[in-house]
Amino acid sequence: MRQSHVIQGFAPTLGLTVVYLSLVVLIPLSTLVFKSLQLSWDDYLNVIGNARVLASFRVSFITSLAAATITSFFGFIIAWVLVRYPFPGKRFLDALIDLPFALPTSVAGIVLATIYQPNGAVGQFLQDNFNLKIAYTPLGIVVALIFISLPFVVRTVEPVLQEFDFTMEEAAASLGASRWQVFSKIIFPNIFPALLTGFALSFARGIGEYGSVIFIAGNLPYVSEVIPLLIVTKLEQYDYSGATVIALTMLVASFLLLLLINLLQMWVRKRSGQL
Amino acid sequence: MSILLSNINKKFGQFSALQNINLEIPEGELVALLGPSGCGKTTLLRIIAGLEGADGGEVCLNGKDITAQHVSNRGIGFVFQHYALFRHMTVFDNVAFGLRVKPKKHRPDEATIAKKVHALLELVQLDWLHDRFPDQLSGGQRQRIALARALAVEPSVLLLDEPFGALDASVRKDLRLWLRHLHQELHVTSIFVTHDQEEAMEVASQVVVLNKGRIEQQGIPSEIYDHPVNAFVSKFIGQTNVFHVEKEDSQWLEHAGIVLDDPQGLIAHVRPHDIQIEKAQSAEQSPIILKDWQHLGATIRLELSKIQSQSNAIVYAQMPNEQFKNLNLSKGDHVLLQIKQAHWFN
Repeated sequence: MRQSHVIQGFAPTLGLTVVYLSLVVLIPLSTLVFKSLQLSWDDYLNVIGNARVLASFRVSFITSLAAATITSFFGFIIAWVLVRYPFPGKRFLDALIDLPFALPTSVAGIVLATIYQPNGAVGQFLQDNFNLKIAYTPLGIVVALIFISLPFVVRTVEPVLQEFDFTMEEAAASLGASRWQVFSKIIFPNIFPALLTGFALSFARGIGEYGSVIFIAGNLPYVSEVIPLLIVTKLEQYDYSGATVIALTMLVASFLLLLLINLLQMWVRKRSGQL
Repeated sequence: MSILLSNINKKFGQFSALQNINLEIPEGELVALLGPSGCGKTTLLRIIAGLEGADGGEVCLNGKDITAQHVSNRGIGFVFQHYALFRHMTVFDNVAFGLRVKPKKHRPDEATIAKKVHALLELVQLDWLHDRFPDQLSGGQRQRIALARALAVEPSVLLLDEPFGALDASVRKDLRLWLRHLHQELHVTSIFVTHDQEEAMEVASQVVVLNKGRIEQQGIPSEIYDHPVNAFVSKFIGQTNVFHVEKEDSQWLEHAGIVLDDPQGLIAHVRPHDIQIEKAQSAEQSPIILKDWQHLGATIRLELSKIQSQSNAIVYAQMPNEQFKNLNLSKGDHVLLQIKQAHWFN
């Protein structure tokens, strides 16, 4: 089907898109693939099958998923408050949300490590009252990832909530729906695709995060060592092929997971008539 | 069920949207809340529904005070101007919603729900669309689905907020008649809000005219049209010519055979069809000429003006097609006027 537009420009914009994505994404990533193809299958399994590598994969994925889940929950509530209610200091709060984007991640990591370590302000309180150790454990990684991924969920859910037709809520209430039913059957299904996008972005960000994590994680092999750190370690030991193999594996795994989230999103949209 | 409103007041900040509204609506009526935009008619409807809280006053449904009750417990059906269909659900699920959210004790089983939903969709003549999503429907279809959805919970009162406001003219005409027939079939007490006097007159069994947060008049359509209680109602319901006795307008009245020795008020309102017209034999007989005329279908609207007048005021008259043909008038002809009936206000 050909559509006529006021502004013609399919060819130049697509051309630019392809060139740009090639330069920025495709060429660097294909280098990664070629580099790892130089290794044999056995070498590959050797690197990946290493217990320490497997452990750090587990740490990375579990902490990222946990952080993305928590951010999704609280990000949704924050977006809800910001969209739904007028209150003093709202603009200030709104600006605060983007701060984790602007801050160098290493600064965030150092600050978090300082307050969450056993003799830090928050760390000591948690240690004394709940016997909970945050810094230098996987929990510390989760805290750092929650911090840096906060804006993703808020900023993806916010515009959708803003556009939400509130007469749908009134209609549901007039039909006898309780407040909880209005939320669960009307509001949430309409917000869910955006929330999933926010979740996927947070997760992707968390998997690759290095700067903030290494200061608070303690980086104990088998316990709190994340994949990006392991790659850097390999590089520092001049084990370039080892580093690329791990990187590629991580890339594929993340890609598959994101694909899965996208498929889920598509399924949700299809089921609710948005496609 | 009958609805009784007593002393309803509502303010938005400094703006007083409704002032001391007292209104009684008997069971089974189809009532139009009619008024210009910003007169408070939608606010009043939302207060009856419980979507908005009144600052003071009571809402009674069938003698029971429901002022403090949440909208979900009032047993009303509400139809929104922009339909407010659940866009993530199919037409079927939309209509079934009110039945599915009932507490477990009162919830019918899925088979009963399906039967009822299909019956309602047949009632609005859209059963063939049951598996579509709202975005795939036209405006008229959406509004009929919204109505079916509201009727599913068997509301004691049906409230419609400018139900045809967002539809184009021909669809609106069809739906008006359809709503009237539906009401005759179901007999559920209904109130609808409109700013279109023609719509109110055509559909409603009773009309309530609102202006600036107050009720101006309530009555059956013919009563309101033939006996408007004040100048606002007279002007708002149908076209009318306004003559001020103390201004130059009075000459018009004298030309039209109204004796102004003892006027019944300061302002005379004359409906276009209450002006009778004759062709003048000569130009000296009358200073009034036919300036232009428009074909409105069954009737002709005539624009009359006075020669050698300071103001270029125009008076409208209206007559059946046939009559106009018999008069054999053309533009610029001098005419004689006769006002058959006028409403006087101060």
